Amino acid sequence: MNYEAIVIGVSSGGMNAMKTMFPLLPKEFNIPIIIVQHISANSENLWIRLLNDKSNLEIKEADEKEKIEHGKIYIAPPNYHLLVEKNKTFSLSIDERVNFARPSIDVLFESAAEAYKNKLIGVILTGSNNDGTKGLKLIKEYGGLTIAQDPSTAESGFMPASAIAAMQVDYILSLEGIINLLIKLTQLQLYK
Amino acid sequence: MRYKDTTELEISSLLEVIYQKYGYDFRQYSEAHIRRRIMNKLRMSGLENITQMQSMVLYDETFSASLLQDLSITVTEMFRDPGFYRSVREKVIPLLKTYSFIKIWHAGCSTGEEAYSMSIILQEEGLYDRTTIYATDFNQQALNYAKQGIFSNKMMKEYTSNYQLSGGKESFSNYYISDDNNVIMNQSLKKNIVWANHNLVTDSVFAEVHLILCRNVLIYFDRNLQNKVQKLFYDSLIDGGILCLGSKESLRFSEFHEEYSELDKQQRIFKKKY
Ligand SMILES: C[S@@+](CC[C@H](N)C(=O)[O-])C[C@H]1O[C@@H](n2cnc3c(N)ncnc32)[C@H](O)[C@@H]1O
Repeated sequence: MNYEAIVIGVSSGGMNAMKTMFPLLPKEFNIPIIIVQHISANSENLWIRLLNDKSNLEIKEADEKEKIEHGKIYIAPPNYHLLVEKNKTFSLSIDERVNFARPSIDVLFESAAEAYKNKLIGVILTGSNNDGTKGLKLIKEYGGLTIAQDPSTAESGFMPASAIAAMQVDYILSLEGIINLLIKLTQLQLYK
Repeated sequence: MRYKDTTELEISSLLEVIYQKYGYDFRQYSEAHIRRRIMNKLRMSGLENITQMQSMVLYDETFSASLLQDLSITVTEMFRDPGFYRSVREKVIPLLKTYSFIKIWHAGCSTGEEAYSMSIILQEEGLYDRTTIYATDFNQQALNYAKQGIFSNKMMKEYTSNYQLSGGKESFSNYYISDDNNVIMNQSLKKNIVWANHNLVTDSVFAEVHLILCRNVLIYFDRNLQNKVQKLFYDSLIDGGILCLGSKESLRFSEFHEEYSELDKQQRIFKKKY
């Protein structure tokens, strides 16, 4: 299976999770990663720059209508929902909050599932609500690959546990386990 | 060729019907956004599929009206993005002061919070009496609400803080009276606001203005439509006029990029070149 994108949803405890994960990704990692992190509306995205310094891949805020490219990690801007279009560009929206969140993980996951169908990997990490569960289910319905962080290894296990309870998640792993799996999957793609 | 899935086909046919029957043109809006709104509506309505929804649109005007509401996102705030309003005070107001008569256009004003915010700034800067604000939207229900100037009490804490962060000079509560549930904005704030129904996609230039604010509207349009609306703005602005976009919107990819200079890059404030 050739995957074309990875979507990640993360909430409380997310900053530490991302600090652990991103530096582990090699320069050759060739699938775009799109992230919704729950974050307060007026926060400055200074932390993106800090993460960027430690990462081999470019980490940036997703711009509206931007073309989604390999080798980049995109983060949803605060106070906007992030959606993926069929033509693999981003849209932003300030619709009502979903699951008390804007950006919402479900909104990203559902639109990405429509756009990438079975070529999508969905990942739910640490968090203390159930945003992302519906979206991950849709990814599964379209034949995509689903991954949840092992709740016992998460700073806050509620969000991955909610996904695991609602569906048959393909992999339940620690952060390191998830990164290793993602690298393995993309290496297979490289040498095919 | 990429084959469209059934839902895509149903949606494009539904949008065609809405346009042909009611004149509202959503055919060049962001697909992912429209799909999400329509699927939500489908879930809430108990209808089986979008084709059924299409016959509702053909035969049921009440249903159609509520669908049109769902397709127009009216989420807004007073002094949203305080940094933006601070920059309006510091960089735009001094330019407006050079005109003896000022016309401002809020395009996509929704329920009016932005226009009231602007009125407050203009009063504080002593410009209100020589200003006309055209506040337009294609959502008549939102406009009716805006005209009343009555807002929920619940939001006032946040708006007060936004106002102060934006460089507000008074006590925010001077601008309204409140009861248990609502606040009523001072009558004097809407004296010079003209509320009007205007559709950015299908209507044309209606005035020559000094300042246009169109924030968080263009994000819902595809690139072609964005360009079309940018032309409308360009044609409506006087030379040296100011264009304000939402904090995540830009002119970078528009045909009019070269026609403006940046007055405040971060806050997305542009000045039409002479
Ligand atoms: C999300 S609100 C933005 C409100 C406000 N400008 C702000 O930034 O807080 C978008 C508004 O654009 C309006 N809108 C969408 N399409 C439009 C069109 N074709 N013509 C006029 N208004 C439109 C909607 O009705 C809605 O009120």
